[in-house]
Amino acid sequence: MQKCGLFFTTYNSEDQLFPSTFQKTCLGLFMAAMLAAPCVLDFYYISVMNLIMIAVIGAVSLNLLTGVCGQMSLGHGAFVGVGAYGCAVLASKGLPFLLCLLGGGAMAAIAGMIFGIPSLRLKGIYLAISTLAAQLILEYVFLHWTSFTGGANGMPVDSPEIFGFMFDSDEKMFYLIFAITTVCVLGVSNIVRSRSGRAFVAIRDFYQSAENVGVNLFQYKLQAFATSSFMAGLAGGLWAYYTMYITPEQFSIGLSISYLAMIIIGGMGSVLGSIFGAIFITLLPEVLNTATSLLATVAPEASAMAAPLKEGVFGLTLVLFLIFEPEGLVRKWKLIKAYWKLYPFAY
Amino acid sequence: MEYYLQLIINGLVVGSIYSLVALGFVIIFKATKVVNFAQGEMVMAGAYICFALTVQYQLPFLLSFLITLVFSLVLGILVERMVLRPLIGEPIISVVMVTIGLSSILKSLVQVFWGTQIRVFPPILPQEPIMVFGLPIAPVYIAASVLCLLLFAVFSLFFKYSSLGIAMRATAFDQQAAQSMGIGIKNIFALSWCIAAVVSSIGGIILGNINGINSQLGHLGLKVFPAVILGGLDSLLGAALGGLIIGVLENLSEGLARDLLNLGGFKEVASFVVLVIILMVKPYGLFGTKEIERV
Repeated sequence: MQKCGLFFTTYNSEDQLFPSTFQKTCLGLFMAAMLAAPCVLDFYYISVMNLIMIAVIGAVSLNLLTGVCGQMSLGHGAFVGVGAYGCAVLASKGLPFLLCLLGGGAMAAIAGMIFGIPSLRLKGIYLAISTLAAQLILEYVFLHWTSFTGGANGMPVDSPEIFGFMFDSDEKMFYLIFAITTVCVLGVSNIVRSRSGRAFVAIRDFYQSAENVGVNLFQYKLQAFATSSFMAGLAGGLWAYYTMYITPEQFSIGLSISYLAMIIIGGMGSVLGSIFGAIFITLLPEVLNTATSLLATVAPEASAMAAPLKEGVFGLTLVLFLIFEPEGLVRKWKLIKAYWKLYPFAY
Repeated sequence: MEYYLQLIINGLVVGSIYSLVALGFVIIFKATKVVNFAQGEMVMAGAYICFALTVQYQLPFLLSFLITLVFSLVLGILVERMVLRPLIGEPIISVVMVTIGLSSILKSLVQVFWGTQIRVFPPILPQEPIMVFGLPIAPVYIAASVLCLLLFAVFSLFFKYSSLGIAMRATAFDQQAAQSMGIGIKNIFALSWCIAAVVSSIGGIILGNINGINSQLGHLGLKVFPAVILGGLDSLLGAALGGLIIGVLENLSEGLARDLLNLGGFKEVASFVVLVIILMVKPYGLFGTKEIERV
């Protein structure tokens, strides 16, 4: 629903990413608030925001593949891992940060394309299971290719450096991650509006009709896998640089599942939804941590149950969302906006 | 040579448990077109209930076995009613994710009640190995394989001759036609979840008797995917054969990878390499129904 008083007179104006001045103002204010955040907030909130932004990149990229193109992937966590290990290996060879990040992304893109090839013949549940296999095979590689990945011991990564400037604190990393996240989010928003994006949607909605109207399925499916895994690789690289130490279990099937949970809870096929979902899923364990530590002051035995309870609450949230709000948080957001636009009338 | 024979026999025993779990998987998929990612956690839940009854409440094994089966029936009905029924007609990803969510819930419940360490069942059968063709095999292995064979025979007969079994096959073949012939589809769905939960529990109890159980048992559910894809997602015979083949293959490749390539832990991933190859070459498996689509 457009804002009242907003009329389009050309196709170009209707096709804008942010058509109304109000939207642009809000976005400007939001960017300003984000840029000011590290000066105001304390260390803990900055680190949580960093994790959220890395999750946003992963979720947005998975949403491009699964939500927009309809190719379900249970292997996204492993592609993030390929990016992280790729970055770490390149960085240990002494390459500059930006090259490492792009190189890690490229490696992830190649891995994604290799495991995306079966998608030409497989769809739905078969594709999900083949990407699950990709996840487990890549996990095995991380764990057993010791000369490259350090095996179960993991490998350290140095702080990134661009032209002599070291990003060695959470605040500095915040700006770096924020810049890359912004580029990725805008990138995906624009891909969705482009020729490729429309092809992706056509493939998702009905692949046979898409093929009949001249969409090259193989090309566009591989393109979706490559773009999505490239961004997953960027997320992985940033994660490696931010946490400064990576081990195989960080990129287990649990990570793939939490990315899928993000796009489902946020809203499939929606960029805004991926952001909401990433915030929700990253904050969930933090909130539970606070809750259990509060509870532990009353009942000390509660802290032992914290880990399993986290998993249970995660599962329960997922199930409840799927049953009661399958379209995700983004639908709630639209309802709220519509309510205020129409206020005080109901329709 | 003897080492490899031993590996094959171990593979067959583990494979027969995979077959059982795969059976539950196939029954659910056949009737409801739902792929159940929580199958491994159902195995785990059954195993822990039986463990709690025999060890913590000191009930005789047979009684606790029966109570576990009743519990699984209830679990199956609850899951179908509360979680899966609202999602009928939703896209595949939603249904997959709801079963993944379910698996998280079951896993966390088990961890809250029983912690994460390995629990061992009290031995029920004698420990003394029996010699078969000159190879020592533990009685529990033989019992496990026989029990699995028996269950497969029972279910084959059930689907072939009983009216409920026929109704289930009809539902699997064409839901609308079955419904118009007066088959209660909803009951069939619930029934298939019950059967799946029951066979998974039996698998879990057998596993508990062989290796002991811990909260990572749910990982077994992932092992079942290669087995069912190899056999075909909607074929009972396929589930049986697929389970056995994957079980043997896993053990053999572990042995071979260690001897020839000096690679450890190849067992974990061998079946998934096979899975990718099968999906590329023969996506519907050995006995699966080909889906033919027309515009």
